[in-house]
Amino acid sequence: MEQIKKVPFTKEMKKTHTILIPTMLPIHFKILGNVLENYGYHIRILDNFGQGVIDQGLKNVHNDTCYPAQLVIGQMIDALEHCDLPLDKVALLITQTGGGCRASNYIHLLRKALNKCGYGDIPVISASFIKSEQSGGFSLPISMLLQAVYGCLCGDLIMTLYNQCIPYEKQSGESQKAVEDSVALAQQLFCKKLLRWKEVAQLMRKIIDRFKKVQRTQEEKIKVGVVGEIYVKYSPLGNNNLEEFLLSEGCEVVCPGLFDFLLYCTHNAEFDYQLYGIGKAKAAVMHKVNRFLRNRKSDMIRLIEENSDFQPPCRFENTIESTEGYISKGVKMGEGWLLTAEMVELIQHYKVNNIVCTQPFGCLPNHICGKGVMRVIKEKNPQANIVAVDYDSSASKVNQQNRIKLMLANARLIASSQSDDVQTQKKNNHPKNQEAPKENDSTQHKIKCNAKQEKSTLGFVASQSGCEETNRDIVLEPVGGNV
Amino acid sequence: MAAFYYGLNEKCHVFWKRQGRILSRNVGIDIGSTTVKVVVMEEEKILYQVYQRHMSQVRQATLQALAGARKFLEGTKFHAAISGSAGLGFSEDAGVDFVQEVFATYKTVMEYEPDTDAVIELGGEDAKVIFLSGGLEERMNGSCAGGTGAFIDQMATLLNITPEELDSLSLKHERIYPIASRCGVFAKTDIQPLLNQGARKEDVSASIFQAVVDQTVTGLSQGRKIEGKVLFLGGPLFFFKGLQQRFAQTLKLSKENAVFPSWAQYAVAMGTAIFTRGLEKEYTYEEFISTLENASSRSKTTQYLKPLFTSEKEHDEFVKRHHKANVPWKDASQYSGDAYLGIDCGSTTTKLVLMSDSYETLYCYYSSNQGNPVQIVREQLKKIYEVCGERITIRYAVSTGYGEELIKHAFHLDDGIVETIAHFKAAQHFDPKVDFILDIGGQDIKCFKIKDDAIDSIMLNEACSSGCGSFIETFAKSMGYTAEQFAHLGLFSKYPVDLGSRCTVFMNSSVKQAQKDGASVEDISAGLSMSVVKNVLYKVIRARNAAELGEHIVVQGGTFLNDAVLRSFEQEIGHPVVRPNIAGLMGAYGAAIYGKGIYEAGQKDRESTILSKQELEQFEHESKPVVCKGCTNHCNLTINTFAGGERYISGNRCEKPLGLGKEKELPDLYRYKLEQIDALRQECDRKRKQDPAKRGTIGLPLGLNMYENLFFWVEFFRTLDFDIIISDLSSRQLYAKGQYSVPSDTACYPAKLMHGHIENLLEKGADTIFYPCMSYNFDEHKGDNHFNCPVVAYYPELLSSNVDKLKSVRYLYPYLNLSAQKEFPKKIWEALNKEFPDITRKEVKKAAKNAYERYHNQIEDIKAKGQQALQFARENHLKTIVLCGRPYHIDPEINHGINQLMTSLGLVVITEDCVADLVEPVRPNVLNQWTYHSRLYNAAKYVTEHDDCELVQLVSFGCGIDAITTDEVSAILAQGGRLYTQLKIDEINNLGAVKIRLRSLIGAVKERDAHNKK
Repeated sequence: MEQIKKVPFTKEMKKTHTILIPTMLPIHFKILGNVLENYGYHIRILDNFGQGVIDQGLKNVHNDTCYPAQLVIGQMIDALEHCDLPLDKVALLITQTGGGCRASNYIHLLRKALNKCGYGDIPVISASFIKSEQSGGFSLPISMLLQAVYGCLCGDLIMTLYNQCIPYEKQSGESQKAVEDSVALAQQLFCKKLLRWKEVAQLMRKIIDRFKKVQRTQEEKIKVGVVGEIYVKYSPLGNNNLEEFLLSEGCEVVCPGLFDFLLYCTHNAEFDYQLYGIGKAKAAVMHKVNRFLRNRKSDMIRLIEENSDFQPPCRFENTIESTEGYISKGVKMGEGWLLTAEMVELIQHYKVNNIVCTQPFGCLPNHICGKGVMRVIKEKNPQANIVAVDYDSSASKVNQQNRIKLMLANARLIASSQSDDVQTQKKNNHPKNQEAPKENDSTQHKIKCNAKQEKSTLGFVASQSGCEETNRDIVLEPVGGNV
Repeated sequence: MAAFYYGLNEKCHVFWKRQGRILSRNVGIDIGSTTVKVVVMEEEKILYQVYQRHMSQVRQATLQALAGARKFLEGTKFHAAISGSAGLGFSEDAGVDFVQEVFATYKTVMEYEPDTDAVIELGGEDAKVIFLSGGLEERMNGSCAGGTGAFIDQMATLLNITPEELDSLSLKHERIYPIASRCGVFAKTDIQPLLNQGARKEDVSASIFQAVVDQTVTGLSQGRKIEGKVLFLGGPLFFFKGLQQRFAQTLKLSKENAVFPSWAQYAVAMGTAIFTRGLEKEYTYEEFISTLENASSRSKTTQYLKPLFTSEKEHDEFVKRHHKANVPWKDASQYSGDAYLGIDCGSTTTKLVLMSDSYETLYCYYSSNQGNPVQIVREQLKKIYEVCGERITIRYAVSTGYGEELIKHAFHLDDGIVETIAHFKAAQHFDPKVDFILDIGGQDIKCFKIKDDAIDSIMLNEACSSGCGSFIETFAKSMGYTAEQFAHLGLFSKYPVDLGSRCTVFMNSSVKQAQKDGASVEDISAGLSMSVVKNVLYKVIRARNAAELGEHIVVQGGTFLNDAVLRSFEQEIGHPVVRPNIAGLMGAYGAAIYGKGIYEAGQKDRESTILSKQELEQFEHESKPVVCKGCTNHCNLTINTFAGGERYISGNRCEKPLGLGKEKELPDLYRYKLEQIDALRQECDRKRKQDPAKRGTIGLPLGLNMYENLFFWVEFFRTLDFDIIISDLSSRQLYAKGQYSVPSDTACYPAKLMHGHIENLLEKGADTIFYPCMSYNFDEHKGDNHFNCPVVAYYPELLSSNVDKLKSVRYLYPYLNLSAQKEFPKKIWEALNKEFPDITRKEVKKAAKNAYERYHNQIEDIKAKGQQALQFARENHLKTIVLCGRPYHIDPEINHGINQLMTSLGLVVITEDCVADLVEPVRPNVLNQWTYHSRLYNAAKYVTEHDDCELVQLVSFGCGIDAITTDEVSAILAQGGRLYTQLKIDEINNLGAVKIRLRSLIGAVKERDAHNKK
């Protein structure tokens, strides 16, 4: 077997080379890139999208490998093909999560692909908290890691606030402007080597204030949670611009942050010791790291609560509790139990019952912690309205959108059955209602009472002829009122 | 174009009469993947309804359908909305309200049949299920399970009958073949060999419907039982009585509970009309029509590709260049002398070539085999005899392809050869320096690399990348073109659409999207040919440029007669290739060449054994399906009877049903491992009955991580004084029992079988089931870590949340790590203590010790047995196949008896773990962190060091990790100059393709060995 070249990233390269980083979350990566720049690396966050990326992925990665691998590697190779920098002055950076999911193999697949295309001499840096692979010239000193962590949290904050502003902004473009201003603010701060939490907290307050200035309407919109495999969940390239689509359908997107993934990874190392009795020393360290991270997240939540009426994200303790009765925290490959917890937390904490669960086609861990738990989630939360969508280079957008539309149709049905009687009455031009308003009042009432268990009301209709009329109207009421 | 018009249809649809109101009219338009349905309603009354195919001309067809509604809509205002997958974009463009189709169905059902418990709706492409009672839930099939109505259409084309004929035939079935229900493509792979083996069309038709039923039920029920009053909706379920019958029987529904309403195909359109009652916007007829007419395509989501030709000149040059590759044709009436016949009975087409002494073609035939290749060959032979007259003597006749055996036996041919060799012979004759051959047939794709005059590596497509050629053909037909016309249109497309490259099911939905965006037939034709090419290059060959293929590339197969495909291929690899003008006949031509070679090397003046003209007149053929009872495989045999009572049996895995008597069985580690497990199960059963243990029984489901660790757990629990119930070996029936609770249809088959094993244990009365979650496996020190794959690791978790019945028993699925031997006793004690407080730590410690010992003994025993097998092979000069997979691949329902097939071909079979420790651990180029997968790399290494061993890798469909290992194993073998053979397995139960692969492997190895001796 031909050995694949492994070109290390040396200390000298730090000065001479530009590091290309594939995009996953535009906001976060901008800030993280800034942190790296701050520590003397030359960074370029890749922004090439489109068919070229997908084609390169198809050509260079085994087509049965997960879609994110195809996209990430495709994006890098496509960038190299159109690179304005001399190729001997370029390095690539890829994150490595480690663990039993095949995603831990991305870096190897990237090297294979590079060799195949004649880019074998380009150094590849593995960025990992677990340190699966070391590169001489690339190091993550504690102070920088800390900044990256803070950067990530700031990214989450901006994303969370943006998601709560954009559907309601009175003036189009305002929310986007707030994002840009916030990122600029963050970049101003992330330019010194040492950073104290106090300063970050200050920054966060500024960001919250900035978003408060975005003028918002008070209308009610359908909230849709987005969870799933980390790449397709966040990357517009991976999920066919899911967020944009949901916005165009008049929804508010609720998307748990990236920071939780860090918390999840560190918690797993801790939990491994509890489960199997292995890795005691690592567990002790990770325990400390995890508590530190949790506290920072709690700090951020407090900042949001104290300074605004935005809905803050969920405390990690809450996230952990959300798994109870759904899945064991031993499921630690891929997004593992975190994915399940996020769905439960969306329903129970955020009161968001409509969820799109995204995954690459044939994602292994999601068989278990995504599609595998939906049944229990629906059983315990009958109001849950979840759709699983597979993403793939060949899966057609129509197909995906059609499924999401079905979920949205149900969401509207539920929302309309819960909405104000008067409002429904006004909009409702169904003749039946005009004819028998009394009957309607009672049915409306019934529906309201049963809002939580409305599934059974909707579905079960007594078959005795005497009750038929009334029952039929119970069923039809939300239908007529659904505008 | 069939349109069904219905007039006033008051009687059955008026439910509630209400008086004294202004009646509003409501229009519902449902644009599906193949048809348009329009309904005009006035309250509950249906005034007008129409159902017609739209042939991808969505807008025109809709307007046409609306034209009929004119008299009901003129002079009044009405509400209107659009629904359906193809209506999505159209509604956006026109600014008309859109209703999701499942939601629309729900509305209709609530209005007309509100006491329904569940609804099943099949459309052209999507399948939907709505559960009404016990919690409303609506489901659509996943992306990988598309193609229902369209699939039936395709199958009908394959059988060369109309869908209506398929329906009526199916009602006369005698038996049903198991056909993979994962998706349409998989089902097709099962059906085609059945046809070639001569299975009755009646039975195949019913089996096709059954596959649709299974696919719908498994894919959509996902843990909920479809029962009570079930409503069946959608076009296919309205038109096909056979499908109705299969559904009712499979779901065990009584007559009253299986409801097939007269409005089944209009359900979505009606629901859409009902939905519009709540809308404010009103149209007059003229307003509405002009809204639709003026809809501009704003939302283009389709990607476009480079056109195939930029100028006429380019095209002319292309045509001229390919004109050179010509096989001389000789007029048979001018020829007298010797001739050689080659018959290539492929999966979808039958090809015949009669070749002269100097390699000219005297007679050619190429046609779809129309579901009965035997009849076609008979007709053609008659014609050949006419052509030959007294002047031409057939010296040798050879068959090849899927139907090789059948044709050879039916017509007494002299010989049969594997199709890969036939293709190689033909291409080599054509270009002696050929170093790469690519053959794209109707169903299969075959690629060979040639090195030193021998096949160096063979790549064959998997089910998922199959059917490209026939897909284009059926697609062309559905659009009303012949394949040639369709291809020609594509040549001059300006904006070929990108249709992806995953599989034909996916392509189907991409086509739908393109049509929605207004792509023309030309653009789709060009796009399809590019998709076929990309599929071949990136999925099958896994190459990125021409340099990786070779210098002298010969392309062939019927699909390459399509110039658009040929051009796409050259464009994609950036290198000219040679396409012989008999591209579609190369298999038959190669067979004829082979026959000539044999004849010339042997006895002169012999005549072919082929049936004479007279015998042909009396030729009769009848086929009868039976199930072999010889062993647990229960092979589906087809008994072909020919004139004179001669019989040919196909579909068998071993020699048993042929009545040849039991030959001495060759060593087979798969069989050995199974026997060990069987013996253990029997022992456990005996013990349980004769001498019940004091702590009760524990059930162990036999699958995934339990296979190899079975001995460990049995020993462990027995030491603790438990009795053990091991679930039965998997079977189709066992799978069917658990099918209803499978939540993810794209998971691998071994995982999905677990649901059946749980049911099986419950049936056997197990009140405690033990099935641990294991992130880690044993550490065999071969790689960087020792994980299990996510599915193997956590499937117990999934079962707990999806199999309701487990709540009624004690289901233990603790997280355990067997590689941490020291910590294990403590951890398992903690896990058991809650349920069995009387078990002491000391007991557990002892049990663990015994268990580890038993496990290691078992592993050693297997290795020793492997050594014996290798020795046996070497002493008897036999080839050994290292049949690589996972421990659970020894399950006969998972491997479908491939090991038996191998021994019947004279091969000794061993498993990967027998040899994995005989070499230094391999350092592959990928992260080597899964215990079971590390063994593969080592086994590959071992094979490269031993000339008498070959490696075949079993890969379960949907195994994500094997996407990584297969490349790596193949690279290790290639480095050692060895062939890599991958067999992808799933529910698919037909070994035809596997047999061809194995025979190709054997053939290629023989050639290689002969070459090495020289």
